[in-house]
Amino acid sequence: MTTGVEGYMYPNEITLYWSVLIVLYPYITGLVAGAFILASLERVFRVDAVKPTYRLALLTALAFLLVAPLPLQLHLGHPERSLEMYFTPHRTSAMAMFGFVYLWYLMAVLTVEIWLDYRRDIVVMAQSSSGLKRWIYRVLTLGSNNINERALAIDERVGWLITLIGIPSAFLLHGYVGFIFGSIKANPWWSSPLMPVVFIFSAMVSGIAAVMLLYMLIMRLRREKIDMLCVDTIARYLFYIFIVDFSLEMLDLVHRIYEADESFRTLNFMVHTKLYFSQIVLQIFVGTLTPILLLALTQVLKLPEIARKRIYTVAGCLTLIGIFAMRWNVVIGGQLFSKSFLGYTTYKMALATREGLLMSIALTLLPLFILWVLVKLLPPWPEKVQAEIPATTAAN
Amino acid sequence: MNITRRQMLILLPAAAVAWESVLAGTPESSPNYKMTEHWWSMLIDISKCIGCGNCVRACQAENDVPDGFFRTWVERYHVTDWHLENPEVISPDGGKKGFPSVAADDNGKYFFVPKLCNQCADSPCTQVCPVGATFISPDGVVLVDQKYCLGCAYCVQACPYGCRYIHPQKKVADKCTLCYHRITKGLTTACCEACPTGARQLADLKNPKDPIHEFLRTHDVQILKPQMATGAKVFYNDLDGSVR
Amino acid sequence: MSVFKDSGHLFRLAALYAVGTLTFLGIRAFFVPRSFGQYGHYRGAAIAEIAAHPVHYAGHQACETCHADVQEMKRSGMHAQVNCEACHGPLAKHADDPSIQPAKLDTAVLCVRCHAASAARPKGFPQVAAVDHSNGLPCETCHQPHNPAIGAGGAK
Repeated sequence: MTTGVEGYMYPNEITLYWSVLIVLYPYITGLVAGAFILASLERVFRVDAVKPTYRLALLTALAFLLVAPLPLQLHLGHPERSLEMYFTPHRTSAMAMFGFVYLWYLMAVLTVEIWLDYRRDIVVMAQSSSGLKRWIYRVLTLGSNNINERALAIDERVGWLITLIGIPSAFLLHGYVGFIFGSIKANPWWSSPLMPVVFIFSAMVSGIAAVMLLYMLIMRLRREKIDMLCVDTIARYLFYIFIVDFSLEMLDLVHRIYEADESFRTLNFMVHTKLYFSQIVLQIFVGTLTPILLLALTQVLKLPEIARKRIYTVAGCLTLIGIFAMRWNVVIGGQLFSKSFLGYTTYKMALATREGLLMSIALTLLPLFILWVLVKLLPPWPEKVQAEIPATTAAN
Repeated sequence: MNITRRQMLILLPAAAVAWESVLAGTPESSPNYKMTEHWWSMLIDISKCIGCGNCVRACQAENDVPDGFFRTWVERYHVTDWHLENPEVISPDGGKKGFPSVAADDNGKYFFVPKLCNQCADSPCTQVCPVGATFISPDGVVLVDQKYCLGCAYCVQACPYGCRYIHPQKKVADKCTLCYHRITKGLTTACCEACPTGARQLADLKNPKDPIHEFLRTHDVQILKPQMATGAKVFYNDLDGSVR
Repeated sequence: MSVFKDSGHLFRLAALYAVGTLTFLGIRAFFVPRSFGQYGHYRGAAIAEIAAHPVHYAGHQACETCHADVQEMKRSGMHAQVNCEACHGPLAKHADDPSIQPAKLDTAVLCVRCHAASAARPKGFPQVAAVDHSNGLPCETCHQPHNPAIGAGGAK
């Protein structure tokens, strides 16, 4: 029982309750928020260059959002009771309120925005497709085939409004995840007002990197030309936001080192031993400094297209690793030391259990599968659908 | 002494009735207990604790606490000279089997610190529970509704004192109930009942006749981690500054 | 009013959400336990359920109703404040049905739990290095556990 314990831990602290699944949860939620922010760049801030990724970003956000509660659900001792969170939410609990923020974001923002944006396509495809697909599209039209100009103009305006509401909602969604950790005064590794802010910016970084990678990958699979203006613009935003994110994380770090409160010696020791690889090596050097430097290169030098593509790919992958490491260090790191500040325990990841490695891999791949289905159902590529539109609108 | 229960009922009707009420069920049905008339707490006198582990064993027997987890445990501190920030602390199996003997050490001091849920009046654990499965009862005890708990472990993370755990079989949060099933029947907690030196005393802050009021007035008493502002209601007499 | 006509699909969506919300409220009314909110944001019935757990330690008051002789013997001694079950263990079953006999105690184990010498114990507390102290004789040769001063309770 006491294996892996150094120094003194309160006896109930030896077992660690928040496993790799709880690492996955802020990671996935972060991808959602980041992808949505990227989509809103085009819609609200009129950055037209990123338009080719607009729909892809929305679908990515939806795919990941649908999976986000699964790791939470699986780690519960009694998953069958999880609806109590909605039936009798406790007002003072950040976790209970997150349930409603999640529902709001899923039902009022993301689904509505996607539906409005795709409505014309859905109506068209409800008529042009057959079999099960036709049936799905017909349900999605909600029985209204009205896609005349004025209806679409209304959709456009309402959609813009939803995106406008969506930006603070996305901030709220992921800021709230940060608050779940940042509000725990018992845990000095978590307790920080910066936590929600750091979570939001790291979320944007990871979400933007993920959509950029997905866009390049899908274009390659579809043997189409990558819109370099689009990717360059995304990379530029990634670079800027990454710098803000890194500054905030360093601010937190410097503050902790300089204040050196009662918990500092313990946390400092932990960062230099048990978290050394995941925090110093993976999160800071491999996952943050390297991609920032790579992206800086593309901003400073005039590099050929092929070099930029490769740099973006490498930087994007490293970013995703780095942000995952960041979530790991927050969630797992926060449970490795004793609240007596006198000792440390060890986290041993299980392999094939409900909270094990295989499950977390499955949960990481599941959103990609959902995205594949969504892309099949609601193709984000306008050109093919548009080709069919004149005929049907004429028929209207 | 060979008396059957029936004979005892005849011999000692008063005692038997008292015992029946002890075994009877709920606070509502036990005639003399009103939740609003109590505000439970505990007094722990460090200078009296001998580290025998009786309280830990009694708690496990009374409350069916799973092996390796603790509703109460005892820590032994060893503080050398002025190194208050670096105490050496042990609690082998929660102190359940007592502690190894030590020879006198001129360079420092030893003492035992029994720990249990502090029954905080502003408890961080009940604050974070997403569904209302853990709560402060009207008589001031932090309880877990094990039929309603999700097992999310957020409360475990929120407790600054490490007093909560997830029950390995029931998969719900578990913790000290201050022997709620006993104190509502006029008994003291199992740990207090089993403590041979009176180092642990159940106390009712709403009862003006409770000796705790006199004790608090005349002693230097502390709570654990006062900087956490949890409203802890387990009071420690003679607590060393190195304890956390 | 073609604006309303052309936003008809939005009203359909709104209606769908309204139905969803109503369904949720209906399900919620069905699932929330009846005693929820009785005293606060929790299931009030839980308090009575927790209070109904079985008792294992009977408490010294229960012991003393029958064992007045032992209580009398303890009264004047050093162990006057030590409750019966501190040494004898949980005996609610015995208190409920005296025909259930408690297990015999082993003083060789029991006494040293508290009285084995250790610098960690409070200075004034009586403690002995068991081996040197009794030369291997069992404790109760000299000390009657219910009144341990030699000669006081009468060593056997």
